[in-house]
Amino acid sequence: MTEFLQQLINGLALGAIYALIALGYTMVYGILRFINFAHGDVFMLGAFAGLFLTPVVQRFFPPQSYLGGIVVLLLAMAICAGLGILIEMLAYRPLRNRPKLTVLITAIGVSLFIEYTCQHRLVFGAAPRKFPDLIPVTTWNVDQLVISSTQVIVFVTTILLLIMLRFIVQKTRMGTAMRAVSFNEQAAALMGVNINSIISFTFGLGSALAAAGGILFAMSYSSIDPLMGVQTGLKAFVAAVVGGIGNLPGAALGGILIGVIETFAGGIPGLSNYRDGIAFTILIVVLIFRPTGLLSKPQVEKV
Amino acid sequence: MKSGAKRYLLLALLAAVVVSFFSAYFNRYYLGVTIDVGINIILAVSLNLINGHTGQFSLGHAGFMAVGGYIAAKFSLMLSPALPPWAQPLIFGAGLLLGGSVAALTGLAVGVPTLRLYGDYLAIVTLGFGEIIRVIFQTSETFGAATGLTGIPNWTNFGWAWGSAAICVFVVTCLVNSTYGRGFIAVNDDEIAASASGVNPVRYKVTAFVIGAFFAGIAGGLYAHHKSFLSPTGFDFMKSIDIVVMVILGGMGRTVGVIIAAILLTLLPEYLREFSDYRMILYALLIIIIMITRPQGLFTFGFKVRNSK
Repeated sequence: MTEFLQQLINGLALGAIYALIALGYTMVYGILRFINFAHGDVFMLGAFAGLFLTPVVQRFFPPQSYLGGIVVLLLAMAICAGLGILIEMLAYRPLRNRPKLTVLITAIGVSLFIEYTCQHRLVFGAAPRKFPDLIPVTTWNVDQLVISSTQVIVFVTTILLLIMLRFIVQKTRMGTAMRAVSFNEQAAALMGVNINSIISFTFGLGSALAAAGGILFAMSYSSIDPLMGVQTGLKAFVAAVVGGIGNLPGAALGGILIGVIETFAGGIPGLSNYRDGIAFTILIVVLIFRPTGLLSKPQVEKV
Repeated sequence: MKSGAKRYLLLALLAAVVVSFFSAYFNRYYLGVTIDVGINIILAVSLNLINGHTGQFSLGHAGFMAVGGYIAAKFSLMLSPALPPWAQPLIFGAGLLLGGSVAALTGLAVGVPTLRLYGDYLAIVTLGFGEIIRVIFQTSETFGAATGLTGIPNWTNFGWAWGSAAICVFVVTCLVNSTYGRGFIAVNDDEIAASASGVNPVRYKVTAFVIGAFFAGIAGGLYAHHKSFLSPTGFDFMKSIDIVVMVILGGMGRTVGVIIAAILLTLLPEYLREFSDYRMILYALLIIIIMITRPQGLFTFGFKVRNSK
């Protein structure tokens, strides 16, 4: 039982990070109907932004303080929001209204470009780097359960960001416009919604969440490299599809689900080697039975 | 048209076999590169049947290649010590066919449950299958787990590689130009309209998938017996992307363009060895720029207008 709970805690911590990244995929898909393959790389850039920001921030704030950690997190989110908007403007905007496949291939190109540029020795280099401790690391033992402060921070940050996102999408004018564009782009444009700025905002918001995910991931696993976004990004995307792409609660649910199942599979001796394949197996099983994901309604394609 | 194609096929096969008889006189390095070119042509042309002609975006071609490669390599590793040398081409041929068939069966297993999905969903599912296949090979002790298979007999020569490439091009071309094969293009142009006019899209998609996977498996077998070494990391997502880039550069659904792209993209890295750090960055930029300025591919000169979704 203790082991079950322990695995559950570890799985939830991983799942929370997947959920943060999955939200970015699902938001972009909801509005532009394409997979932003480069999203996983924005997640990686967020972690590296954290790595480079930490020494700068620690000059002004005491090292390993919560305040410093929050500042690093917010700055990295802001930087990645900018990068996300930039990527959209340079690579995806010229392709608006082109066939979906063209945009998908471009997204793969953007993703490869970021990965290989960052791997170059003049940029980050291909070797893994150690992520500094942002916050005081302590572990608590509750009834033989080990809970680290990092895990608590991951939970708290994710929940706060989810509440914030829900507030933005449901209560603000920007959020209303986002939902309108996702519902019907042309009609929204006729109602005076500036499509370009809404799409930029969506990319910025999604990228900021990915950056937060990147920093939380780096805090939990303490080693980062330019290719860390590939597997994690794919799994987060799988999470978004499993939950029903375009659906925000679905993405969060899918992320938690993938994280928990993957962690449990990692604990079972014969299955642990197949860990990396688990997310995709879940994806295929879900798609066979519910082709539109767990939380979304089936749609009929019309001519 | 058809008899012409057959004549070309015979000519190509003959040329491949004749050249391979004189292969001892060629520089080993150049010969190795030309074999790579042949293998990549098979991969690109077979992926083009799936991605270009039928319009389903598959990102798991390396997975099928891995299946064919591992099965064929295991087959020759098991049989080659037991049989006399003269039986070697027989074992090799049988191993290639076996690898291709198992890859085709894998394609069927992937295709039937997932090909009801569209565009991006399909892309991600095929990607997922490719990764699952890789993880299985990486874990399976029978196939050498993470270290891979070594000591595979070095049997692939010019004749095998280019002969198979010629057959692959022939089969794909004839298939697409046949009455049956028009269905692939109908599915590509508009799936819903195609199904309304009596073409069953799932059947055509699965057929394209199975045939594409079969040839990818053959290419995998040739690759295994060319490098005499297989490792699961060689068949990851990046390998699939390499093949996809050939198809995109050549122009989706343009066999000739795809062949030119496969040749160029195999030769270019050999010439640019000292710039290998920049190779993938250039690839990536190339994809983005082509998609923005010339989405129909670099080597397409016809005026076929195709409005896919």
